[in-house]
Amino acid sequence: MELDVVELSRLQFAMTAMYHFLFVPLTLGLSIIVAIMETVYVMTDRPIWRQMTKFWGLLFGINFALGVATGITMEFQFGMNWSYYSHYVGDIFGAPLAIEGLMAFFLEATFVGLFFFGWDKLSKVAHLVVAWLVAIGSNFSALWILIANGWMQNPVGAEFNPMSMRMEMTSFFDVLFNEVAQAKFVHTVSAGYVTASVFVLGVSAWYLLKDRHIELARRSIAVAASFGLASALSVVVLGDESGYTATHSQKMKLAAIEAMWDTEPAPASFTLFGIPDQEDHETKYAIHIPYMMGLIGTRSLDTVIPGINELVATAEKRIRSGIIAYDALLTIRSERGAEPQEVRDTFEQHSADLGFAFLLRRYVDDPRQATDKQIVMAAGDTVPKVWPLFWAFRVMVGLGFAFIAVMAYFFYLTSFRGMQFPRPALWLAVFIIPTPWIAAEMGWFVAEYGRQPWTVDSVLPTALSVSHLSVGDLLITLAGFVTFYSILFIIEMGLMIKYIRKGPHMDVEMTDEWMDKHRQQLRKSDRAVAGAVPAE
Amino acid sequence: MILHELISIELLRVIWWLLLGILLIGFAMTDGFDMGVGALLPFVAKSDVERRIAINTVGPVWEGNQVWFILGGGAIFAAWPPLYAVSFSGFYLAMFAVLAALILRPVAFKYRSKHESPRWRSNWDWALFVGGAVPALIFGVAVGNVLQGVPFRFTEDLHAIYEGTFYGKFLGLLNPFAILTGLVSFGMLLMHGAAWLVVKTDGVVAERARKIGVWMGLVALAGYAIAGLWLSFGIDGYAMVGQVVVDGPSNPLHSDVVREGSWLAAYGKRPWIAIAPVLGFLGMIMAIRGLRSGGEISPLLWSKLGILGVISSVGLTMFPFILPSSIHPTSSLTVWDASSSQLTLFVMLVSTIIFLPIILAYTAWVYRVLWGKVTDDEITSNSESVY
Repeated sequence: MELDVVELSRLQFAMTAMYHFLFVPLTLGLSIIVAIMETVYVMTDRPIWRQMTKFWGLLFGINFALGVATGITMEFQFGMNWSYYSHYVGDIFGAPLAIEGLMAFFLEATFVGLFFFGWDKLSKVAHLVVAWLVAIGSNFSALWILIANGWMQNPVGAEFNPMSMRMEMTSFFDVLFNEVAQAKFVHTVSAGYVTASVFVLGVSAWYLLKDRHIELARRSIAVAASFGLASALSVVVLGDESGYTATHSQKMKLAAIEAMWDTEPAPASFTLFGIPDQEDHETKYAIHIPYMMGLIGTRSLDTVIPGINELVATAEKRIRSGIIAYDALLTIRSERGAEPQEVRDTFEQHSADLGFAFLLRRYVDDPRQATDKQIVMAAGDTVPKVWPLFWAFRVMVGLGFAFIAVMAYFFYLTSFRGMQFPRPALWLAVFIIPTPWIAAEMGWFVAEYGRQPWTVDSVLPTALSVSHLSVGDLLITLAGFVTFYSILFIIEMGLMIKYIRKGPHMDVEMTDEWMDKHRQQLRKSDRAVAGAVPAE
Repeated sequence: MILHELISIELLRVIWWLLLGILLIGFAMTDGFDMGVGALLPFVAKSDVERRIAINTVGPVWEGNQVWFILGGGAIFAAWPPLYAVSFSGFYLAMFAVLAALILRPVAFKYRSKHESPRWRSNWDWALFVGGAVPALIFGVAVGNVLQGVPFRFTEDLHAIYEGTFYGKFLGLLNPFAILTGLVSFGMLLMHGAAWLVVKTDGVVAERARKIGVWMGLVALAGYAIAGLWLSFGIDGYAMVGQVVVDGPSNPLHSDVVREGSWLAAYGKRPWIAIAPVLGFLGMIMAIRGLRSGGEISPLLWSKLGILGVISSVGLTMFPFILPSSIHPTSSLTVWDASSSQLTLFVMLVSTIIFLPIILAYTAWVYRVLWGKVTDDEITSNSESVY
């Protein structure tokens, strides 16, 4: 890899974003699990559920602090490192980020303080409402971020304005209800729920193995297994939905994930295993499952999914069309609105391909001067590197199915086997704690690396999106982030482990008090029942 | 969508210029005292309990307050994309320093009291100090640089190119005028933090806060006065020449700008804007008086007024400029040529009209729930759960 500003900016963004996403999924899921536990507490008045809420809430807080801290970087990094991107698509991309702040992050951040500090200052119900507001805030936050990200994958509801040299919004509703964004949102939050469920399951299993906090651990497993099973099913189903939307909006990404070089007659087969070879455009030692890809990707038997080679040929055509758009753009820009109508028309006709002309910037300053050879090379650049996508995707999907199996098994033991957990199963739950994070990071990798060479698919190439910075600037901040984030990560893990080892804070007095009250109530209701006629 | 054409782009641009100001002022009024308390921490609180009292005055609210900053970033991105694109990449390393400082804060609040060790705690106290002091200073430094013009220009494709002393260099930012404005914001926010501590604590912490707050207020006051004089004699202003198109496409290269006259010429053209610096001085002077004479809540309210006056005086003086360029004045960003499209501005305005009142309502409710002073008792009896 060359040490240029583009590569370093990508590296920095990837690093800070993936680091941020170590904390986000747990926040998304744990906020809901904690709110569920508190709901049970408020409904049943049993102190154990209050202790559970507080204990998992404490771990939530440790994680949340780093989620917030690393999120700050994300909000400003577009402007710092992706200046041209910010100018070029800010008119569309900025809005969901700002609305995220207005609608979601404000809610989440204002109430999270009250969640921790308000136990003695609020009534039970008011505190419960606060817990749910934190959870809703976190999840809405994800919605807006994924609307922004979904637009990068499938830029709908916008068009290029030659006078301001940027994309401008034409329909907010199209941006909002972008099918890619909607599928991604549910897929991503479900992944967060699975992450939190696996975390709660694993930590609780460890307590059972150590014979500690049995009451808390068993109830936590019950919550984690049922919530986790539903989420694991949802994450796979919605992942499939994401793949389905990719068939029409992100064809190249899909073909690269499947290492599908040539267009196959419909329905295409699915490659279970293989060694993709980027040079020769073929996949060696491939094991195919017939028809399966066509069925997943198009949900039909006769729709063709284009292969990489066909898409490269299309890209070449679009580059040539983009050059015409670029030529018209220059006239419009210099005439500032006084250009002849036919130039306007030509531009309108070809403007959707303008981004493809910018792919030539890598080889030549003025795309109109590009040679045929350069055009062919630029068309070849539209293929992302296949093998990392092929494998990252398969790891993610494999883990997704594994989560369904594990959650279903624990759900079965919880519901039908009286919570008799075999020790190997408990150990398994402990050891799989890190895996949802691997799956989530792989998912982001597939989504973003698979979008290359674009920052906004077919609109703006990554190489053009960066800021006018020096390699030195980038090296300073990259080194800074790596050092800083590593230290924070070690501290965070240290605290997590410390508080998990320490275990929940059991307020025994409260429990005794409750038990007394409970027994009295039972006696009362026994008497009441004795005098009543059974309903059935 | 015809709906968005109900409000003219010209008016939308002015509204969003005002909203930008409101967000910055909201940020300085709320997160300002969090940063102030952080920066004052090592000086107003000596023992561990004292420190925890000071930290817990902002503990439950700083996170919500910080969203003003995040939202400010998001709103600049959405409503003023060229400003977002040029300023954050132009002030690259300064922004990095701010981010690093702000990243320390959440972690420091949350983790400080999770270990008993005095060294652990004292390290995090210094992290809180950095998390408060560095942004307080750099925000002012940035304003000072904006008033002097920033060395960037646009290519025809609207790529922003940076040249001159601070391209890629941090030190160029730290010129004498910018350091002066940095001291103004530093003093102002620390005074604000002190005024907050007076409201939320009593005893020795509040006493020390009063003393330091007075000094910080004097620094801000003197700095503000000197900066005003400096601006009238030592720094050239900017002016738009030729026909000013207020409803054209957002392309900074379409308007002609020259560097001439003084920024303060704005006060000749629009004398009413003098109200802003008057409020700035009044607020700061009364806050200092309140801190000296034992006022409980009044210093905080006056300090808010001072912040309102100082920040709006900068905006009103520069109007319609948002980010002037020192090397290529035509590239300067103004209210008329650096906004989003009419549709985006409209959508964002509707969202703001819906959500801002809701935000203000629940924020007010949270402050009401948390009303009252943070005491020794509260810290020692809830040692596990408070910060």
